[in-house]
Amino acid sequence: MLKQNTLHYLSVAGFRWMVPVIKLAFWENPREQGQEIVRLIALPLFAILVFLAIWSTAASKIDTSLGSFPGPGVVASAASGLYQEHLAEREKAEAFYQRQEDRNKVKLAKNPDAEVKIRDYTGKPTYFDQIFTSLITVFTGFLVASIIAIPIGIACGLSPLLNTAIAPIIQILKPVSPLAWLPLVTMVVSAVYVSDDPAFSKSFINSAITVTLYCMWPTLINTAVGVANIDKDLINVGRVIQLGWFTQVTKIAIPAALPMIFTGLRISLGIGWMVLIAAEMLAQNPGLGKFVWDEFQNGSSESLARIMVAVVTIGFIGFILDSFMHTLHKMIAHDDAGA
Amino acid sequence: MSTYLDISQISIDFPTKTGPFRALEKVDLKIARGEFISLIGHSGCGKSTVLNIVAGLYQATEGAVVLESKEVNQPGPDRAVVFQNHSLFPWLTVYQNVELAVKQVFKGRKSKAEIRHWVEYNLGLVQMSHASHKLPGEISGGMKQRVGIARALAMEPKVLLMDEPFGALDALTRAHLQDALMEIQAELNNTVILITHDVDEAVLLSDRIVMMTNGPAATVGEILSIDLPRPRERLTLADNVDYNHYRAAVLTFLHQKQAKSDHKASTKKPHELRLADTNKPAEVALKKATGA
Repeated sequence: MLKQNTLHYLSVAGFRWMVPVIKLAFWENPREQGQEIVRLIALPLFAILVFLAIWSTAASKIDTSLGSFPGPGVVASAASGLYQEHLAEREKAEAFYQRQEDRNKVKLAKNPDAEVKIRDYTGKPTYFDQIFTSLITVFTGFLVASIIAIPIGIACGLSPLLNTAIAPIIQILKPVSPLAWLPLVTMVVSAVYVSDDPAFSKSFINSAITVTLYCMWPTLINTAVGVANIDKDLINVGRVIQLGWFTQVTKIAIPAALPMIFTGLRISLGIGWMVLIAAEMLAQNPGLGKFVWDEFQNGSSESLARIMVAVVTIGFIGFILDSFMHTLHKMIAHDDAGA
Repeated sequence: MSTYLDISQISIDFPTKTGPFRALEKVDLKIARGEFISLIGHSGCGKSTVLNIVAGLYQATEGAVVLESKEVNQPGPDRAVVFQNHSLFPWLTVYQNVELAVKQVFKGRKSKAEIRHWVEYNLGLVQMSHASHKLPGEISGGMKQRVGIARALAMEPKVLLMDEPFGALDALTRAHLQDALMEIQAELNNTVILITHDVDEAVLLSDRIVMMTNGPAATVGEILSIDLPRPRERLTLADNVDYNHYRAAVLTFLHQKQAKSDHKASTKKPHELRLADTNKPAEVALKKATGA
């Protein structure tokens, strides 16, 4: 039973390739598991190797002003370099705080009433800091977008009148590249968001709003379509048992539209992530996008390899975000969404 | 016979681009308490529309539906509906589907324990207790329809409305469910309106069969009382002279008096319909049915 549950959760969470490995460990129909392992693990692994080989060969043939295009090996060592830099920076930060504490201790020993301060370390953000910033930003923008888009979508789905009224606005706003909004957002935020002790930095808010502006639409439209297309008989059941308006929405409309809402959310988070990187590059807002731009401007012999590390990272994170939404969808919504 | 449910001279118009379309014309039907009525007719003749008006899901343009001397024009649990495609909420388990209706209908009238007991009792009636924790997606079509019936029965309706409840099921499953329905009916003696296009089903289950003319402006054509003793057994009835006589009467109505050629028939008035040249298959069916 425990094994069954584990296997079930692994498939739901997108780790289907681990299923035959676990079954094999229990020596359950080993022949079949062997075939499954070949299909789910060996085959993709082989494709990755082929890809790396092509990349490696092609890279050695491309010469740029910054040296030859980085192959997989160079990129891997650049990645480990970035990790070393991260560790070194953390050590420096720790040493910095340690020094302050030591100094304060000495101060307090001399004079117990002395005012002591701990200053924040202001070293440059490491690669991992940039990843973290980007993730926080994309989730903030995505969350705000969802909070706005889902209720509006539900309202549009419930009321054909409202839907007809605002459809043109949505249709026109939807295709606008968020990068066109970026200058406006920047100006408005710096005019409106004035605070002596800001809880969030302006750049963070700019990036988050830009993400919000773009990833609202898929969620909104999918929610509206999902709510509008609920099986009429289900609504009639609600009418026969005389559910109130509010219960009708919470017990029938929302659960029925949940698969569509999740499809919208998944698309939203995916494009939110793409948009964020572009916005960070353009606006020089902290995050992975800025890292890429800085490396490009830096133009050292290592730059291209470091940018490739960022490219791979962005891809991996996008993939993880998508799997995360997919898993959430499977766990919460009632339909069996395909991969 | 005292009238329990009075479908009184109802007509309905649907708006179309070319003006109102009269789907039903003065449908008039008086139903006694505990009676089992089948509505039969060709597809598109407005059987479902009658049911939806009784359910309160549609509003009649003229006429009224009177239940226990009170006019009804809103949907309500006193006229529970079993829909053709079961209409269970796919995200709720079998138990929760019935519970949702019970909780809403008996709000403030039943305690938590009573609600649980009542849900379980009704699932027991349709022999679905074993699957109460399953989701609709995990059970067969016949089982889903059983749950749909349990949900409707659990509302303790004055009239149970069934819209081709077994239409989407295979013949064997359908027979099982018909038997189950007859058993439940023997126990609860509900007032039922069943829509069907299955002649055997209508004769087997009904006290009266109401045959509807073809649309537009469809109305009640003939009413046939089925005086077969209950309980009825499908196997013994197969050789029963009365049973075959009733079957033949319904078939005659459907395939001769209301024969529907592929086109044009729907635009003709009922009295203009004549025996079409193309109704050979109907005749064959009739001969088989009457043993001729």
